[in-house]
Amino acid sequence: MQVSSPIREPLIHGGKTMHDVSEDICRQVEAKPSKGWMAGFAVSLAILGIGSISVGALLWDGIGVWGLNKTVGWAWDITNFVWWVGIGHAGTLISAVLLLFRQKWRMSINRAAEAMTIFAVICALMFPGLHMGRLWLGFYWALPLPNTFGSLWVNFNSPLLWDVFAITTYFTVSLVFWYVGLIPDFATIRDRAKSKVSRAIYGGLAMGWMGGAKDWSRYESVSLILAGLATPLVLSVHTIVSMDFATSVIPGWHTTIFPPYFVAGAIFSGFAMVLTLMIVTRKLFKLEDYITIGHIELMNIVIIVTGSIVGIAYITEFFIAWYSGVPGEQYAFINRATGPYWWAYACMMTANVISPQLFWIKKIRTSIVSTFVISIIVNIGMWFERFVIVVTSLHRDFLPSSWAMFYPTIHDVGVFLFSIGFFLTAYLLFSKYFPVINMAEVKSILKSDGEKE
Amino acid sequence: MAVGKNYLVGVFEDPDVVLDSIKSVRDSGVKIHEVFSPHAIHGIDDYLGYKQSRLPIASFFYGITGTALALFTIYWMLGFDWPMIIGGKDFVSLPPFIPVTFEFTVLLAAHGMVLTFFIVSDLKPWAKPLVFDARCTDDKYIMAIDLGANQKSKEEINKMLSDSGASEVNEKNFK
Repeated sequence: MQVSSPIREPLIHGGKTMHDVSEDICRQVEAKPSKGWMAGFAVSLAILGIGSISVGALLWDGIGVWGLNKTVGWAWDITNFVWWVGIGHAGTLISAVLLLFRQKWRMSINRAAEAMTIFAVICALMFPGLHMGRLWLGFYWALPLPNTFGSLWVNFNSPLLWDVFAITTYFTVSLVFWYVGLIPDFATIRDRAKSKVSRAIYGGLAMGWMGGAKDWSRYESVSLILAGLATPLVLSVHTIVSMDFATSVIPGWHTTIFPPYFVAGAIFSGFAMVLTLMIVTRKLFKLEDYITIGHIELMNIVIIVTGSIVGIAYITEFFIAWYSGVPGEQYAFINRATGPYWWAYACMMTANVISPQLFWIKKIRTSIVSTFVISIIVNIGMWFERFVIVVTSLHRDFLPSSWAMFYPTIHDVGVFLFSIGFFLTAYLLFSKYFPVINMAEVKSILKSDGEKE
Repeated sequence: MAVGKNYLVGVFEDPDVVLDSIKSVRDSGVKIHEVFSPHAIHGIDDYLGYKQSRLPIASFFYGITGTALALFTIYWMLGFDWPMIIGGKDFVSLPPFIPVTFEFTVLLAAHGMVLTFFIVSDLKPWAKPLVFDARCTDDKYIMAIDLGANQKSKEEINKMLSDSGASEVNEKNFK
């Protein structure tokens, strides 16, 4: 007897042919920018412009323009850094981990998610760079370059230096992974291009790709090995970011749960950001047949899983603080929940632990509006998580005489806005001029997909 | 790959038809120059008799080069060139050196492999590929046969392609 598995929903709706895929995805690359896109781009540029005033002030006057003080020496800068790095985890997770698990639903979203990753990592890199005050000396201080102090080398025992290597490796590897995937699609745009200029530009980007079987065979091996390399890489990056805190002796930071807890949080916030962007992108470029409710539901399930891991981690931290019997540790956690920053803690708990649990209800996880709202709430919640970890652990120092509060200045806000403006501007430019969906991969699943219909 | 001048180009609509056609064309002793497709076709390497790519092996060697280079450099810098006491610990100990070593391994393995891929597949911004039929980046599967490299006549190969499912067979001449 023949056993057949239950028929699944096709991944791509609308009975598309391969030519339809080329048409649908290349349409907005070839057309004049739409009004919606222009409006979004204007807003992004405005945010970027306002933020750049603060970046200018910071570079001119130094980091004294921020609200940091002697007790709270790390606040929005590292909060924003960790937040952006976390967001930057979803792209590689979607394209690498889901490739290794042969999850074909990744194909509609991996391109945009990887682009988001790259821009988010650039935003993250801004903060340690700007925190150095003198951006132009960053390479000299952070990399093991020969220098005139001896040579006095960088400290390879320090997690901050591990971060330099982890984030730069992650950034460049994500960039080539993304670019290798783009090459066949650039070739499609090149061969459709009407004007000489776009033919030359996309031709250069496609680097002479014609889609020969030998090249495809190499392309597949490269994708597989890059995915295999990127999977431990993506886990190592946030592990190392968490070690910036976990290897210190500050109560509230010095916990062994940090690496898995940070990695889960990163995937959680990254998927939330992917959802926010994909819901807007599919609407703006009419990609409802490619990014279906099924895709959104699957991403929401990832959010439930990672959100629950994060929730358990919060509770475990509390339990271990009590169980450790260390008064400093216990105080740090009680102060977190009931001290002067209780509102930030409550905000984090509601947004990260309670709101994703709503996705257990099928109606909510298959609704575009509620998904969009919850994805934004999760992003805010994850920002507060980092703020809570950083500021509440620092502001009550070991000496009560140096206890302090942190109040952000207008330039703290401005530099954060600058990173958001940069992110939105870059994403909008990408979505207009690059193919937002991996056409070659989607074409490869049309046939097997269509047969099930 | 030697570049000929006169080619016969079969255009196909379906990946499975191409695979069957490759089999029948190769069984009759005709050499195929290359098959072009808008997406990767699984199993096409076996039909065309291509060996598995050795890029993963190259990547492994780039990777262990990275491991060795990173460990050597860190030990030399912190252990020999300028030893420093940091937190009262040993000048050199392996565990804190592992993260940077791991990242550097991945860095070299990934970039080395991608650069090698660009070189062996001759991918470069100024590349001028032979275009047999530009529709192969949209929705057609293209089989190119170099007439100069085959004994059989043009008519025979043309018939073979049409019989095995090609929707069009065109001649393409390069100068």
